[in-house]
Amino acid sequence: MSRWPFAQILLVVAALATVPLLTASNVVLNFLTVALLIALVGQGWNVLGGYGGQYSFGHAAFFGTGAYVTAVLQMRYGVNAWMGFALGIAGGALVGAVIGALAFRSGLKGSYFALVTLAFAEVLRILASVAPITGAGVGTLIALDLRPQAFQFQSRAPFYWIILALVAGSLVIARLIEQSRFGAWLLAVRENEEAAKALGVDAARVKLAAMTVSAAITAAGGGFYAQYFLFIDSGIAYGPWISIEALLAPMVGGVGTVFGPLLGALVVKTLGELTKLVTGDAPGLDLVIYGGVLVLVVAFAPRGIASLPADLRARFARLRSSVPERADA
Amino acid sequence: MPEPLLRIERVCKRFGGLLAVDNASLAVEAGRITALIGPNGAGKTTLFSIISGFLPPSEGRIFHRGEDITGVPPHVLARRGIARTFQTVQPFAGLTVHENIAVGAHLARRSRADALEAAEQVATTVGLGDLLRRPAASLTVAGRKRLELARALATGPELLLLDEVLAGLNPAEVATMVPMIRTLVDGGITILMIEHVMQAVMSLAEQVFVVAEGRILAEGTPRAIVGDPRVVEAYLGHGAAARLSAAGGAHV
Repeated sequence: MSRWPFAQILLVVAALATVPLLTASNVVLNFLTVALLIALVGQGWNVLGGYGGQYSFGHAAFFGTGAYVTAVLQMRYGVNAWMGFALGIAGGALVGAVIGALAFRSGLKGSYFALVTLAFAEVLRILASVAPITGAGVGTLIALDLRPQAFQFQSRAPFYWIILALVAGSLVIARLIEQSRFGAWLLAVRENEEAAKALGVDAARVKLAAMTVSAAITAAGGGFYAQYFLFIDSGIAYGPWISIEALLAPMVGGVGTVFGPLLGALVVKTLGELTKLVTGDAPGLDLVIYGGVLVLVVAFAPRGIASLPADLRARFARLRSSVPERADA
Repeated sequence: MPEPLLRIERVCKRFGGLLAVDNASLAVEAGRITALIGPNGAGKTTLFSIISGFLPPSEGRIFHRGEDITGVPPHVLARRGIARTFQTVQPFAGLTVHENIAVGAHLARRSRADALEAAEQVATTVGLGDLLRRPAASLTVAGRKRLELARALATGPELLLLDEVLAGLNPAEVATMVPMIRTLVDGGITILMIEHVMQAVMSLAEQVFVVAEGRILAEGTPRAIVGDPRVVEAYLGHGAAARLSAAGGAHV
């Protein structure tokens, strides 16, 4: 406990921050920016799903809200991009709070909660695909304005550092959760809600708070996406793809761990790129790879890559202690 | 007569057509151990769930220090100083023993370090001091019962509801738990316990309520209760008391 709790985070973030100084390759920076974006969205999911045990299939609802609020405020109301981004995060948090209040008040858990979040995301996707304010089927284009005050940059490096700073913030939030009373309560609710209540934990409120924070982090990812690609439509912003990425990264990396989502995002994105190299751009093949990776992880590292060393040590320790029985085999 | 710490007034609980608790009234006096005994399925645990806010009663009221607490949710009751354990132990299986107990300690302590320290002290008093870093899932039945007790204790309760903390323990384990429960009361905690281990009830409880088929059948000191023919019949069947005393008489 004497060690500074953020030392690891500082080390990892500092190492990643040097990448643009080492290479000017747009391919590398673009790849890492997208991977970090998934790490951010995955950390959002991890706050609710990993620490709180509430598995959402609909984090697109928060990602899309962050993206649309950022884009629409700029293009239709002339709001400054940074202000739009901040309001996008607030908007995502609000959507999270509303869905959370409805779902948790009705006592939805497990797969019911997952399905309801998925339904909300789909409803928002359909609304966004017909509402005039979001540009309906055409989508929303953010006008090119390559100035820092417009949250647009000439080169990729500033974008990279911004997404890295957001990821750093999300890592700090995860660490703070692990070291706080709120986090202890959230884990207690994940492990056994009835027992937690008996110990004075207001389970509904704890889950709602976790969902709001989770949604805010994910919405930050959506706002960043809008500024980075300058275009969103309903399928991108509210589509199931981002809900899947959001839960896949922490699942692969390690659910309920600080570095799991980051690790998982890097692994999954690297595998995705490698597949593209090998197979060309066959549509849907990356999803096949994702499925394969998930099967392997669930089978061999159910607690994720981050917990793999500890799990392997435990497994070897068991093997060694059972050597006499196995020696003759 | 002064207001008891906990008073239950004509509580009923219906599950569809089943009357699980039927017009039960009882009082728990501060500073002592009150026991709730009765055959399986008598409605003891249902009554506990109602007192601790997990189930709303169909009828009747519950008073804590004279204040009506009927329908108050469990986490609010915990903050009022009413803690419970579960008959089927409910550990936070993915957490360590230390973390499990710290959840209870956090009720009165915001800081993680304070909660962990308090949890360690509680662990020592219930004999889990050496197992702090173990995952809760790896504990034996006896260990889990202790953990259940430790977590509830860590909330700093004034009234502790113990639901069969001795069930499933061997005689040696019971023998170590009984004095521990005694020290809790000496430390100022009032206890209401459901218990089947009669040896423990006899040595611990000052007041016993017998529940059968949802009704409070008898109340009194442990000594008075065991001699009550209604109680014997509730456990052994109608007419058992008469047959027993007849058989006993024949031997004399």
